[in-house]
Amino acid sequence: MDNMVNVYLFGKQYSVPDNLTIMRAMEYAGYQLVRGCGCRNGFCGACATIYRIKGDKELKTCLACQTKVENNMYVATLPFFPLVKEVYNIEEIKPTEQIMMQLYPEIYACVGCNACTKSCTQSLNVMQYIAYAQRGEFEKCAEESFDCVMCGVCSSRCPAGISHPQVAMLARRLNGKYLAPKTKHLENRVKEIKDGTFNDLIEALMGKPVEELQELYNNREIEK
Amino acid sequence: MYSSEFQESLKAVEAAREANIAYEPVRMTAKEKDDLLAAYHPDYKKEEFSELKIGPNKGEFVPHELCELLEAHSRISAEDVDLSDVKYDVDVLIIGGGGAGSSAAIEADNAGAKAMIVTKLRIGDANTMMAEGGIQAADKENDSPAIHFLDAFGGGHFAAKRELLAKLVCDAPEAIQWLNNLGVEFDKAPDGTMITTHGGGTSRKRMHAAKDYSGAEIMRTLRDEVINRGIPIVDFTSAIELILDKDGKAAGAVLMNMETKELMVARAKTVIIATGGAGRMHYQGFPTSNHYGATADGLVLGYRVGAKLLYADTLQYHPTGAAFPQQIFGALVTEKVRSLGAKLINRDGKVFMHPLETRDVAAASIIRECSDRDEGVDTGSGKAVWLDTPMIEAIGGEGTIEKRIPAMMRMFMSYGIDIRKEPILVYPTLHYQNGGLDINVNGMTTNVENLFVAGEAVGGIHGRNRLMGNSLLDVIVFGRNAGVHAAETSKNVTVSELTLDHIAKFDAEREAAGIKTDAVSPKLLPNYTRRKSEI
Repeated sequence: MDNMVNVYLFGKQYSVPDNLTIMRAMEYAGYQLVRGCGCRNGFCGACATIYRIKGDKELKTCLACQTKVENNMYVATLPFFPLVKEVYNIEEIKPTEQIMMQLYPEIYACVGCNACTKSCTQSLNVMQYIAYAQRGEFEKCAEESFDCVMCGVCSSRCPAGISHPQVAMLARRLNGKYLAPKTKHLENRVKEIKDGTFNDLIEALMGKPVEELQELYNNREIEK
Repeated sequence: MYSSEFQESLKAVEAAREANIAYEPVRMTAKEKDDLLAAYHPDYKKEEFSELKIGPNKGEFVPHELCELLEAHSRISAEDVDLSDVKYDVDVLIIGGGGAGSSAAIEADNAGAKAMIVTKLRIGDANTMMAEGGIQAADKENDSPAIHFLDAFGGGHFAAKRELLAKLVCDAPEAIQWLNNLGVEFDKAPDGTMITTHGGGTSRKRMHAAKDYSGAEIMRTLRDEVINRGIPIVDFTSAIELILDKDGKAAGAVLMNMETKELMVARAKTVIIATGGAGRMHYQGFPTSNHYGATADGLVLGYRVGAKLLYADTLQYHPTGAAFPQQIFGALVTEKVRSLGAKLINRDGKVFMHPLETRDVAAASIIRECSDRDEGVDTGSGKAVWLDTPMIEAIGGEGTIEKRIPAMMRMFMSYGIDIRKEPILVYPTLHYQNGGLDINVNGMTTNVENLFVAGEAVGGIHGRNRLMGNSLLDVIVFGRNAGVHAAETSKNVTVSELTLDHIAKFDAEREAAGIKTDAVSPKLLPNYTRRKSEI
């Protein structure tokens, strides 16, 4: 027999087993989810959720798919949040401070309240990565924000109207494209393939009978 | 922290850890692998499959659950839809907003075509987002596309369509370059050299990664690019039936708003099915690592208009799904955990296999350990084996786990398990649809004109088993490829009158075959609700 707990889904009370995640608890209660449910594994940010435990003043945030229910938990999901996403041409922009000023000037209105960091469902130091973005330190912003699932909870708590996940997204693309070191061996290999360097080898494999390929496969050398 | 019932076994694992790290298990011979698969792999359990009685693959066997959907009724009949009331009119209609659909959209846009993505959830709600371990490409000095080909062809039991596999491996380095140029961050050494590891069945270290958020990093970048380009994304809208024109060519789809259930018509010169996999079908009762919408929709849509399937009887069970705690049952534990040195250990602390056999072999080996050999650990909801994650820190140094597999660390930490110090319990989970719609090298189905397919909905690229890191690769390579060719093809297409006649035709076939069923398809979403009664 399961141990049951009381949860309040959008204020309405349900009794659910205590070993369920919030998402499973909603389904247990009878919700057929369409919104607020994506990968169910903590990667997609679809199931941002705000909750409060009865008697506790503090609002907490989480991903519904990654969090167990607790007794007397009030749950409100945030399946969509209107983040600001500015559009740009990645080929034309440059990794300078100006680009942030141009696209996301509101980051300079950050009041340092740290509500973003406190609310992050991934426990990231959100305010810190915004600070890096302000200074044009895109590599640090990219690293600090890397595990962001773009659920939008931080932005829902921000008095300055910052869309933190989109700022970080821009920083990571700038870093990945312009700042991270170039990969020589990759450029060489793409060129070799274009030059047809491997055509004969591939052609030979395409034409071989299966038995020969089995022989080659079973005796191939494996890098340590 | 594990409770007392796990302690005895846990002690055995810890006691043997040092010796197990040093121990180099031998790989199985070809014969041992074949015997193991035949005895323990779920694909080989004949009683789990049914024969298709109608449609282009009549006479072939597919899992029961898939058979039911392939032979099912449409959600609509032709009379329900006014085909003259066209809501969306585009060159290239892309069904699915994952890695393949997004890559296709970007390339179709590059080629000057008017593309549109329709997706039943949001763009990025896809298995691509959840791919953790990495993406293969033969771009190192000691490697070549030919070696990559042989690894994948052998790993897939020599069943892949060779021309598709050749394209996959030859376009791989360029795919990495394309992603990198879009701003995808790969793990690199300070001099720019890609940090690459092995995957199961690879003979060279060619697994490129972005920590263990490889797919998420790729997917969010593609999504950002699609939005930057202003490519329309119609979200929370599913395609529930393809539309053909009077000449039998694909010419659009009937769309359904997932919330209001409103039906709409999208007309297109070419259609790309990029609907992904089928983990949420829970074949053979397995849990799954897949996202919520993985219900084989594209296979159903294609099959009903006559497109052929290839290898729809082969599924991939990822050897290491989380088996404990119950809240994350079936969630993916990336193969990269083993790439970084963690070994699989049974209840008595014994290494029972080489950790980097191909996935089908590894899954079968774990199932054997937990069944006939009775060497599994009882988790309360089934048997499992240990994956000894602390080995990673012992081999790679302190901090390796946080740096290389932060998502895994976070997932288990939520439930009080510190994978740097404690091993984790794993059991196979339904992970990948090896089979799918049959395509030619341009990405078009082999028998329905102007219908393209990309990503996990394709069959034949990998044969009967797929190597780690070749799926992220395939969604990029074949997604782009489908986008290019669908755009190119659309330039010379004039759509004739639209029709849904195929629905009645399929109904007649079902009738003639004597199949009695109430099932409707595509499935769209699984139903996990628990309702005692409802109206």
